[in-house]
Amino acid sequence: MTAAEDLKQAKIRSVLATDCGSTTTKAILIELRGDEYRLRTRGEAPTTVEAPFEDVTRGVLNAVMEVEELAGRKLLDGDRIITPQQSEKEGVDIYVSTSSAGGGLQMMVTGVVKSMTGESAERAARGAGAIVMDIIASNDGRLPHEKIRRIRDLRPDMILLSGGIDGGTTTHVVELAEIVAAADPKARLGASYQMPVIYAGNNQAADLIKERLADKTALTVTDNIRPTMERENLMPARHAIHDLFMEHVMAHAPGYKKLMTWTPIPIMPTPGAVGSIIHMIAKREEIQVVGVDIGGATTDVFSVFQDVFNRTVSANLGMSYSVSNVLVEAGLENVMRWVPFNMDEGEIRNRIKNKMIRPTTIPHTLEELILEQALAREALRLAFKQHKSLAVGLKGVQQERTISDTFEQTTTGETLIDLMTLALLVGSGGALSHAPKRVQAAMMMLDAFLPEGVTELAVDSIFMMPQLGVLAEVENESARKAATDVFVKDCMIYLGTAVAAVGRGKPGAKCMKVGVGLPGGKREEFDLTHGQIRRVALGLGEEAEVSVDPAGGFDVGMGKGKALKRNLKGGVVGLIFDARGRRPFALPTESEARIAKLAEWAEAVDLYDRDPRTLA
Amino acid sequence: MAHAYTPGLRVTAWSTIRKERRLPLAGEVMVAKGDRVEAEQVVARTELPGNVQPVKAASILGQHQQDLREYMLMKDGEPVKKGEPIATATSFFGLFKTHCFSPCDGTVESVSTVTGQVIIREPPIPVEVEAYIDGIVVEVIPQEGVIVETAGAFVQGIFGIGGEVHGKIHMAVSSPDQELAEEHLEGDVAGTVLVGGSKVSEAVMRKAAEKGVRAVVVGGIDARDLRSFLGYDLGVAITGSEQLGITLVVTEGFGTMTMAARTFNLLGRFEGKNCSVNGATQIRAGVMRPEIVISLAEDEVQEGEKTFSMSQGLQVGSPVRVIRAPHFGGLGEVTELPPQLEVVDSGAKVRILKVRFPDGEAAVIPRADVETIERSRFPTDRLPSWVALRGGPFHCRSQPRPRRSPSG
Repeated sequence: MTAAEDLKQAKIRSVLATDCGSTTTKAILIELRGDEYRLRTRGEAPTTVEAPFEDVTRGVLNAVMEVEELAGRKLLDGDRIITPQQSEKEGVDIYVSTSSAGGGLQMMVTGVVKSMTGESAERAARGAGAIVMDIIASNDGRLPHEKIRRIRDLRPDMILLSGGIDGGTTTHVVELAEIVAAADPKARLGASYQMPVIYAGNNQAADLIKERLADKTALTVTDNIRPTMERENLMPARHAIHDLFMEHVMAHAPGYKKLMTWTPIPIMPTPGAVGSIIHMIAKREEIQVVGVDIGGATTDVFSVFQDVFNRTVSANLGMSYSVSNVLVEAGLENVMRWVPFNMDEGEIRNRIKNKMIRPTTIPHTLEELILEQALAREALRLAFKQHKSLAVGLKGVQQERTISDTFEQTTTGETLIDLMTLALLVGSGGALSHAPKRVQAAMMMLDAFLPEGVTELAVDSIFMMPQLGVLAEVENESARKAATDVFVKDCMIYLGTAVAAVGRGKPGAKCMKVGVGLPGGKREEFDLTHGQIRRVALGLGEEAEVSVDPAGGFDVGMGKGKALKRNLKGGVVGLIFDARGRRPFALPTESEARIAKLAEWAEAVDLYDRDPRTLA
Repeated sequence: MAHAYTPGLRVTAWSTIRKERRLPLAGEVMVAKGDRVEAEQVVARTELPGNVQPVKAASILGQHQQDLREYMLMKDGEPVKKGEPIATATSFFGLFKTHCFSPCDGTVESVSTVTGQVIIREPPIPVEVEAYIDGIVVEVIPQEGVIVETAGAFVQGIFGIGGEVHGKIHMAVSSPDQELAEEHLEGDVAGTVLVGGSKVSEAVMRKAAEKGVRAVVVGGIDARDLRSFLGYDLGVAITGSEQLGITLVVTEGFGTMTMAARTFNLLGRFEGKNCSVNGATQIRAGVMRPEIVISLAEDEVQEGEKTFSMSQGLQVGSPVRVIRAPHFGGLGEVTELPPQLEVVDSGAKVRILKVRFPDGEAAVIPRADVETIERSRFPTDRLPSWVALRGGPFHCRSQPRPRRSPSG
């Protein structure tokens, strides 16, 4: 019998699963109790991608040691995970892992003319969430050896090679390929794969490019990003970048090859594992779902609308390595609009940069926590914006633009995301799963995604969706049952239900009249004016009979001014009635008024244990 | 749980350092295995053909293209200087002369009787790789470069900008909590690696670059100053290729940050010595930090400093440095490592440790917010007597302490 067949038929009694994030490595221990699987404990340790360790397996061992101590179960024999289970106090039957330890995506792009194909390539890379480290163009004034040295010094994760229009001259783009070949680029982290290069230039040169690069790099050929002078076609290159990043770059980190030998099934990229869980929820409940996993280097968004699953990885939006990029992309003003106290601009910039250079630290004070949660809101908002632009149903649909609008990053495709039909919003990742109060996670998701109408909110209890996602992929019946049991009983924490009115109004104008019939016969009735929010306690597993009568210009899912009457589910947060407005959602621009408004909302939902204005 | 800790950056008096030095194109290796090389010595070189400059000679001379060779003063392949005549035509029985001059130094590449142009090839462009560190060639990579090895002091910074430079260490301030100011740039500082204290501003960086300072090593810099100095805001920490005429190594972080006494003391000890500095930083998986390398002879360090061992994890008594507000930069000793999670000021339940600072103050700190300090038999954490420290070793103006201590 082969090892795969053995695994298929094995009865699994215990599972150790890890997720090597860019910043933190998380380990969970699952045990069979009676006839159901439950989470026993979890442990975590900083991911070890920096000297002196430079080996992800060290972080895995550290996290597993923590699990050993907390569970009182011996899991390690030196640097080896004990499999199979020897007794109830020693070893586990299977070890599985996911990884996103490689972090964000930094690319170099090429073009023949810097201001034409060079800029198109830059837009394609940026549209896929990459940071463009340099544009190498035939006319950029640098000598070949300077370009070669630049490629070697910058160690890009991937190169997008473009240049020329279809059917045009091939000389220049082939010269660019020769420069890339001469640089002999090596994958940043690994001997186990070649450097991904995407060719999206003159289609007549594809064979010449293959001759020069196919042996030295992992070459992917896709449609020209600039088929004619007047047309730009970025979508195929964007998708190619995105897919290659997820499959070949983000999971890899120093020591990855060693980690691969520890587990009988392939290590999954974290977004692949979380995506399969989100997809599973949507299929099981037959609902429209949006999921998000906010990490240190990347923020991954998943959606299922009209039975179409979409997944995007915003490669440089995250809470540690990428935190400074969140500030750059969102702008200081957008970050600070969520902070309910005044803070010196220089001080904020220093704190954010300090997090970037010491990515494994965590907020100690409430002031620091509020600042990080403000950044998380912006990272989530920007990642969702990117997701909406890529979730256009038919993958690879051509986005064509004329020369006159090449500076616009908008796409012409119709996004599948319809927030009014969204039934469930699920959050995972450190910023959401480890928020000290669950209502903070709920508010971060509400503020960033701005769901409309009726939406249930949930979070991953302790940040273990990736591990359950990879476990669900194991070809073994008991492993899948373990993933499902733990997901339902220990992972998904329902926060409750939000009801948000869509519409514009003047502050203080009537927005909605709410009636809540609570379990036990108690009834709450109240009016909300535009700009208000209110939380009503309704416990996990409880339902309330809710009626919402919106004012004329507002829609809570039934149409403008039409009443909603239905049973809504509670959760650890309860029900949230959001009359703060949508399309647009706006905060006061004047500092004092904005702080007062944030403090009012914080008090209304019991966001913090003390008045945040006292932190100023 | 004692294993889940953040190791500190390397600051050591003795370490073996190896550097690979490669040409971007195939060329000639100038040194042999076993050779002793100096930092600025070229170890490998190649040449690129020079650029060509076309000269419309026939048109300048007012002659037909096909007759151009008759007027040439130079043959193909002949060297020529900028401004030197390459062709001359006479008219009116020799009364008037028209000259065509070379626009650059180089050689006459070709003369075209079809276009009437003379092509001048500029001199070859040398491409060279220097050794970067003083040391011994331990390996030759044929046609590409070498690997150079040295032993000596090695200091890692937390963040930097700018590429490889060399210079003599010059202690510009007398204390690690002193800000590097323009007054510290008086005198002959050209060609030095200037060690400041707690902070450098954009204005001082510009002044230092103007005065020919090769690199500045300092505890902190304001993010705003960095942005103005670079001319853009840094999204992810990937640096090293900036062309600003100076390299910067930040040892502690952003804001006003007293340089760790260990670092300040070590650099001070080797004042006047040559060192190699690289500001290149890449904070992503496979992290690269900026560095200062000081090649030393064996007798320049004490025997105990050579038996340096890496920290074995967090234990009661371990020296640690706090790396996040509100105690950022504080050096202390671990007094307790409770196994259970505890609630800190943010409201989060996290794994913590208890620290006692030199002034006797105790604090509860999340374990993720400290880094270990490597032990050596000759600790350099304590400041030497000549250092006058103001404000305590963890004085940190940009990160005020909280009003309510999380330790209660």
